[in-house]
Amino acid sequence: MKYLTEFRNGEIAQRMAREIHQIATRPWKIMEVCGGQTHSIIKNGIDQMLPAGIEMIHGPGCPVCVTPLELIDKALAIAAQPGVIFCSFGDMLRVPGTDADLFQVKSAGGDVRIVYSPLDAVEIAQKNPGKEVVFFGVGFETTAPANAMSVNIAKRRGLKNFSLLVSHVLVPPAIAAILESPGNTVQGFLLAGHVCSVMGYWEYPPLAQKYKVPLVVTGFEPLDLLDGIRRTIIQLEAGRHEVENAYARVVNFEGNRPAQKLLGEVFEVTDRAWRGIGVIPKSGWRLNEAYRAFDAEERFHLGHIHTEESPLCHSGEVLRGTIKPAACPAFGKQCTPRHPLGATMVSSEGACAAYFNYGRFLSADELASAGSGLTGGSNG
Amino acid sequence: MEEILSEGDLRIGRVNFGGVVKRVCLDFVPEIAVGDYTIVHVGFALEKIDEESAQRTLAVFREMGVLEEELAGQEEAFARAAAAQPAACPDGSCSGQ
Repeated sequence: MKYLTEFRNGEIAQRMAREIHQIATRPWKIMEVCGGQTHSIIKNGIDQMLPAGIEMIHGPGCPVCVTPLELIDKALAIAAQPGVIFCSFGDMLRVPGTDADLFQVKSAGGDVRIVYSPLDAVEIAQKNPGKEVVFFGVGFETTAPANAMSVNIAKRRGLKNFSLLVSHVLVPPAIAAILESPGNTVQGFLLAGHVCSVMGYWEYPPLAQKYKVPLVVTGFEPLDLLDGIRRTIIQLEAGRHEVENAYARVVNFEGNRPAQKLLGEVFEVTDRAWRGIGVIPKSGWRLNEAYRAFDAEERFHLGHIHTEESPLCHSGEVLRGTIKPAACPAFGKQCTPRHPLGATMVSSEGACAAYFNYGRFLSADELASAGSGLTGGSNG
Repeated sequence: MEEILSEGDLRIGRVNFGGVVKRVCLDFVPEIAVGDYTIVHVGFALEKIDEESAQRTLAVFREMGVLEEELAGQEEAFARAAAAQPAACPDGSCSGQ
């Protein structure tokens, strides 16, 4: 496909990697915030092309992974109610709640449907006036305009039977929280290209200044990722901390104005709990007063929800970037994409799923050692 | 983008993803036209791809590494890379310092 395949050129990738090897004189830790980028890095072996001291730390940018367990349990409770059609993106169905997942609710007779777009859920609501149709609207800034449009259309069309179970999260407060966490080791960030296609990158210069970290807007193809990493290392080596745009064919400084306008009309900033991380102040969006009537949490009175995380699952540490997936004792044993213990093993943006699906049972260091004929050694 | 349709209160486009055609909401990209390339997420076009910028980036990438292969100088490669100015943003707020 045009503007995809050109950015996957292996020969240019090798040259870019060589340039990175020449530029890097010291070890650096760089976080790619977005789970889509994590998958591309592991799938394409980008981390293995880098000099030994350059470590990619996988960030929390997987919306399904950071959705709080309590909200998953609320989704399960709503989806199990008679007269409800519960719509969700496919990723969410296998995410384990405390006692079950949405697939189990569906197999027990719940009307749970996978949709491609929140607009599909609005259409289902129009066609089923006798049912309550709920859309599970999770996501970062990339998905928020679609969810905002769905409630906006439902309001314009006077649909009384449509609501959103919504948990939107935001990248800039998450970056600040990572940088402020004790023991943080991240020195530079690849910013998520598609989040920035919506939001632009006007929010980031104050972060770069305050925390003295380079922030580079980066795309998803191998050459995009290598260029983002290259630019981050150039800044780190030179002691610079600026916001750069390495994804200019899609992202501009202001972002998508019509989308931002609608987001302002529909959502308001709120504190959010991130699964595995905890509450981050002002790190999410919820429906504002004008749209409160479309909030599924207001519409369905659920009472007390008992939540309990799996004691075996280390997804919190994976999401905080403190361990790599293969370092979890349950990885590939009790926990696989078929039988996940945590959301990071489920989602197409989860780091554990990336490591499992691309056969990454060793750390990048261990792979390098294995490749050079050495044994043992690193616990990377 | 193959075709743009108006469906009641929504502007919808037929977008071809390497052979698979899907209906996509265009309300966030009023400037988009038939023949343009776009980024699509959950049924919504989020941004038009700037083809000129894509070509410029590819041209830079193709050049990359060619120079230092000829000169084979580590310092030179770094000096050149460090001297490359990042794209300035419109209000100048991300130009550093």
